[in-house]
Amino acid sequence: MQVTSQTFKSNAGAALRDAALQRALKNLKAGFPGKRAAAIAKLPEFDQLRAAGRDLKNHVLEHLDFYLERFEAKVIEQGGQVHWARDAAEARQIVLDICRSVAARRVTKGKSMISEEIGLNEFLEAHGIQPVETDLGEYIIQLRHEHPSHIIAPAIHLNRDQVADAFHAHHGPYGFTERNEEPRALMNEARQVLRQQFLSADVGITGANFCVAETGATVIVTNEGNGDLTQILPRVHIILASIEKMVPTLEDVGALLRLLTRSATGQEITVYTTFSSGPRRPEDLDGPEQFHVVLLDNGRSGMVGGEFQDMLRCIRCSACMNHCPVYGAIGGHAYGWVYPGPMGSVLTPQLIGIDAASQLPNASTFCGRCEEVCPMHIPLPKMMRHWREREFEQHLSPAGVRFGLSAWAFFAKRPKLYRIAAGFGAWLLRRLGGRKGRIKHLPLAGGWTAWRDLPAPQGQTFQQQWAAQRGARS
Amino acid sequence: MSEAREQILNTLRRGLKRGPVAGARRTELETRLAHPPRNPIPARAQCPHFEQVDLFVRMARNAAATVDPVTHPEEVPVAVSAFLDCEGVPLELVMASDPELAALPWPEEPTLRIERRAAVDGDKTSVSLAFAGIAETGTLMLLSGPHSPTTLNFLPDTHIVVLRTDRIVGAYEDAWDLLRARGSGMPRTVNFITGPSRSADIEQTVQMGAHGPLRLHIVLVER
Repeated sequence: MQVTSQTFKSNAGAALRDAALQRALKNLKAGFPGKRAAAIAKLPEFDQLRAAGRDLKNHVLEHLDFYLERFEAKVIEQGGQVHWARDAAEARQIVLDICRSVAARRVTKGKSMISEEIGLNEFLEAHGIQPVETDLGEYIIQLRHEHPSHIIAPAIHLNRDQVADAFHAHHGPYGFTERNEEPRALMNEARQVLRQQFLSADVGITGANFCVAETGATVIVTNEGNGDLTQILPRVHIILASIEKMVPTLEDVGALLRLLTRSATGQEITVYTTFSSGPRRPEDLDGPEQFHVVLLDNGRSGMVGGEFQDMLRCIRCSACMNHCPVYGAIGGHAYGWVYPGPMGSVLTPQLIGIDAASQLPNASTFCGRCEEVCPMHIPLPKMMRHWREREFEQHLSPAGVRFGLSAWAFFAKRPKLYRIAAGFGAWLLRRLGGRKGRIKHLPLAGGWTAWRDLPAPQGQTFQQQWAAQRGARS
Repeated sequence: MSEAREQILNTLRRGLKRGPVAGARRTELETRLAHPPRNPIPARAQCPHFEQVDLFVRMARNAAATVDPVTHPEEVPVAVSAFLDCEGVPLELVMASDPELAALPWPEEPTLRIERRAAVDGDKTSVSLAFAGIAETGTLMLLSGPHSPTTLNFLPDTHIVVLRTDRIVGAYEDAWDLLRARGSGMPRTVNFITGPSRSADIEQTVQMGAHGPLRLHIVLVER
């Protein structure tokens, strides 16, 4: 997929002016945060579970090599195959080779962010294989040639009339000639159209929420049942999983499940949680004949042991973006790549490089809500700060910012000069503010005053007040 | 093994500043896998069994499943038949060939047409036997096997699940214990099912019946 993170600022501007997007984003703000809060209120142990979940994931990361090897051995033991991919290109090629080995023409897909990360759909299409997204949201955006704008609600940027248009444009050949706008009717259409795709697919591709080292099972967490039809009907099941998805035991899955669904949709549990181990067995009446797990690294192994290791605890619940004022204002596409919101602002620079994604760690007010709601206690603001430091070190920050910081540093290193300059600045602003004490136009900071007045300083500088207070006390 | 595999594992070990896990540490990890420690379990799941049954029913209904308690296994066929009648669904079933299900007095409901096979597209109603019920969230646990093909759980519009009250446990952890105690290893597929299929992908409004069953009906047998 085309990376547009470099132009985050202008993307964000366009998003703010997009009336349809702004209408759709209201659904997000009205939905997820309230549902999450209600679900957590019903589980008094939530904080205790969060601490346990964090410790569990830390344990996994400290022994990730061990758990990966054990998981691999267990998958093979049950007749499955494990493929290791260092990067997106290797992962795509592995999937293509498997598809070709069974002369696949159509591939159904359950929701997978790894698939987005490796740009699988475009690649398969370019090689003559038709990928069909089957999660309702993913299906809608595939018809519209878009990418997900949210990691669990991929079509959250759309309104029902846009969905109606997309279905009306594509469902004629399936006998749906009338334009439906009711969500119920739209879903029925998708159900009927996609049922045929499920039945005729040669390969089914799903993601994995967890990979269980104890049993070699991969786990998906869904509400629609599309992930299940994707994996039980075709002859081949391919699972795309990134290496940090390892979990030691089935008990550990339970602990993370309790956190995941409540943090995501506010559900106690999703409708379907499916544990899949290996291909169909000799006596089985259904299930895939082949079971392939593709383990993707794509830069993650390099995060272990470094300042971004904590990010690998992420279980992709989306609570951080659901509570982020920046995401809530601009939606996911403005972030310009696969992972939006605070988790994306930390992960994207790692996966595509800080030079391409340098604006993302700056897309935060550091209000701290993301860290507050993260079920894995990931210090997202701290890690965005790490990226900002790297951005500065690598001279990637805009000239204005660099000049401002250097100017500030010049004065900060000379306290006497700083005091004089601060005093002069306060005096000047007071003069600019006039009798009303408000500044309508500020030279060099027009962006700030374009939308509101700047209140002028009313008294002495901080340092003057500090000195006066100390003097009074002693 | 593959070059990619070696490189990924080596990068991890370099980051962790150690070689492959060995010695006492390895033994510790092996023990953790062989005897999985329990994580914090919600208090609501840890109650006497009769309360767990109540909790299961309440949670399953919250998730939009319907629950029909019957006092005796012999009553299951008539309960199934009555449910289909009431829903206005044809009296046709595909069913797992599970011995426990097969032992029920289906012939006493001669109007029910039953086929014992995996599900195919177009099947209206399926009947499966739950391995366990998990009270914590009103979740059914179903296992794949020669007598319980997974397609039964997903293709038909209506999914009827027979669950014995003595198979209701408090938490997920208890269900895994039950499964391990069964002794025949892990099945290919374990399905946790909580209510009927749904989606909220259009304007965040929940609609039932996305790709899986539109209805989930639980016949709860007193045992």
